[in-house]
Amino acid sequence: MDELRYEAPETLDAAVALLAGADGDARILAGGTDVLVLLHCDMIEPDLLIDIKKIPELTGIAEEDGGFRVGAAVSAMELVEHDAFPKAWPGVVEGVKLIGSIQIKGRATMGGNVCNASPAADSVPALIAAGAIGTIVGPDGRRDVPVEDIATAPGQTSLGKGEILVSFLFPPRPPHSGDAYRRFTPRTEMDIAVVGVGISLTLDDGGTCTAARVVLGAVAARALLVADAAAVLIGTPLDEAALERLAAVASAACRPIDDKRGTKEFRIKVAGVLARRVAQDAYERARGN
Amino acid sequence: MAKSHVTTTVNGDEYEFLCDTEQTLLDILRDELLLTGTKEGCATGDCGACSVMLDGCLVCACLVLGVEAAGKSIETVEGLAHGDELHPLQQKFLEHNGAQCGICTPGMLIAAKALLEVEPDPSETEIRYWLAGNLCRCTGYDKIIRAVMAAAEEMREVRS
Repeated sequence: MDELRYEAPETLDAAVALLAGADGDARILAGGTDVLVLLHCDMIEPDLLIDIKKIPELTGIAEEDGGFRVGAAVSAMELVEHDAFPKAWPGVVEGVKLIGSIQIKGRATMGGNVCNASPAADSVPALIAAGAIGTIVGPDGRRDVPVEDIATAPGQTSLGKGEILVSFLFPPRPPHSGDAYRRFTPRTEMDIAVVGVGISLTLDDGGTCTAARVVLGAVAARALLVADAAAVLIGTPLDEAALERLAAVASAACRPIDDKRGTKEFRIKVAGVLARRVAQDAYERARGN
Repeated sequence: MAKSHVTTTVNGDEYEFLCDTEQTLLDILRDELLLTGTKEGCATGDCGACSVMLDGCLVCACLVLGVEAAGKSIETVEGLAHGDELHPLQQKFLEHNGAQCGICTPGMLIAAKALLEVEPDPSETEIRYWLAGNLCRCTGYDKIIRAVMAAAEEMREVRS
């Protein structure tokens, strides 16, 4: 086996050139909590690791156009401990906080969570619910895509050869907005979501929902943005009837597998229950700001 | 390709080493720098036995490459005691029998120290959640939790 090469470019152009120009298997190294495990277990045999943590665009958190831009290689701990971001997007932070232990969060990144493309990734439903836009840079330049269009199937993304996910842009929050994320796991820590639900809402001054995004994780090959579920909330004050309809629509949208963590029937049922609870969490937060 | 030449700081001392890309920080600490206090459990980031501080951040040394340590500051269990004087966490782990086989202990100590730096007065629940990434197959955890609570109390008394 050829020796594994390590590069830590300091510019995005250099990283794209390395990735696009690589002959063999080149992998991006962000937090390493997935790629180094695969490497250690001989599940991948890359020729080149490109460490992107020395590139400023990938490692910063900044306010932009009234929202936030978060580098794809910002660690989970750094995001959770940020002064302003958790107040603006508590649901995103709830998802990020569930990415593994404290040790794992010290390294793991949202960019990695998205690009590893696990259907059960905890930050992804909340990112999609937030309407976060991924900025991708590659040999043909820069493009912006909604996060829901990045993962396509387990372990698969829409990124082309030489493309790197650089950052996430979170839109400005209108008044009376709130988001939330919850998941179901058999134990409360160090587990993988059986079902995850992320919801972001905006209300009018009277408490009627004017905008909603409802996202289900771990119930299909990738996180599902369920427009029908959002539609049943819009125009309502999230009363009992609306929540009942939300649960039914969320359950109906699931296309889960059976596995050791849960059966199809269980996941379908729990998706409805969680959607209700998460919608109530997001509603309370939206009412409070 | 030649090995990478890396300069790093461990427990305040500067070290230089040569490493292959595949070598993790854990491999380097144990096999090259002979700092064998940090243990290998799973080598996949699940057990926390290799917990170290990397530039003030709690991480699993098995999920950091040796080359990534360049220019960084690392703290390991070897840096806890001052000469013969044990760190309060080490002393309380002894007193409360917080170790049986001892493999998880260095990681538990480093992780607990990281907690007490951000939260000097953690609740039992906070300690249990914080240490969720540190597995112990001997003690049933309770003695470890008692030891951390006792150390936290002593460290608060010393500070006040």
